[in-house]
Amino acid sequence: MFHIYCPYCEELREEEEFHPKGQAHIERPKDPEACSDEEWGDYLFFRDNPRGIHHELWVHAVGCRKFFNATRNTVTYEILETYKMGEQPTITAESLANREALGSVQVAGGGQQTVGASNASVASVKGVKA
Amino acid sequence: MSDYTATWANVYDVRPETEIPAESPLAWSYHNSGRPNVGTNSRAVLRERAMLGHLILRGGAIVLDDAVRQVLGLGLPARPNSLSQDDSGERSIQWLSPDEWLVIVPGGEEFALEKRLREALGGAHYAIVNVGGGQTLLELEGEMARELLMKSTPYDVHPDAFPVGKGVTTVFAKSSLILRRPTETRWELVVRRSFADYLYRWLLDAGAEYGIGVEG
Repeated sequence: MFHIYCPYCEELREEEEFHPKGQAHIERPKDPEACSDEEWGDYLFFRDNPRGIHHELWVHAVGCRKFFNATRNTVTYEILETYKMGEQPTITAESLANREALGSVQVAGGGQQTVGASNASVASVKGVKA
Repeated sequence: MSDYTATWANVYDVRPETEIPAESPLAWSYHNSGRPNVGTNSRAVLRERAMLGHLILRGGAIVLDDAVRQVLGLGLPARPNSLSQDDSGERSIQWLSPDEWLVIVPGGEEFALEKRLREALGGAHYAIVNVGGGQTLLELEGEMARELLMKSTPYDVHPDAFPVGKGVTTVFAKSSLILRRPTETRWELVVRRSFADYLYRWLLDAGAEYGIGVEG
């Protein structure tokens, strides 16, 4: 059993009910006509593939059928938080890196290299959203 | 984007006055798979409530709530996964998503209800769709009803997690349906027409060990 918290249904639901829909927070260029081919190509086809914290779009396909965002660690597959469309994540690679810099988290040296966050810091924010 | 605004909707009664044969989505299933009798050893009982009026309401909660209170005398359930009913239990409104509700009323009432809701809503931004032809409602009762549900859905149907007055759309037997609990002993399954035969046969198979019977 793997449960995901749907921010619209306000409860944990079985993973079977959800579909991932790729990277979140992709903004369509305001004026497509004024885009260079490279900018337009980036918007259409190029996606981040980080090792570590990734913000993703998911849909509660069998359920309320609403799209929402999830912050997921691509190393551990752990979903750190889910939040509604239009909202900003409270957990980002930067926020985790800042925690480490402030020394609030013990980081073991020589561990896995992730984008902005070590597994230790990820573990420390576990259970932010039950 | 066009600035055209639709100012009318094509509303028509899906139940013509002249008698024409109408069958529930399960008519073929009853013919093909039969209906086991309800006996003294039946610890799960299935009953179809065919041909009810099903309406989907979409729009803003506040606007719809006003209209629904005025027309049905029943509040729109604001909490996720909740169900409100009138005193008789005949009319119900269920939360499906933040801007979507399912209204179930006795068969034949839905067209008048739709017209009155449209009048009450006026120029508000909303949609009402009659989905009565697309789904049917099954009632499940009996001491083993919950056991049967536990075999079929990953959703937690324990009374602590699924109190009376709750309703969810969830995965059921590799298909999906709307599962709701209007009373302490009765469960309701709103199934899509296209899945009705499959789910009926699943329920018969899963309920065989409890001596499931089909009423009606």
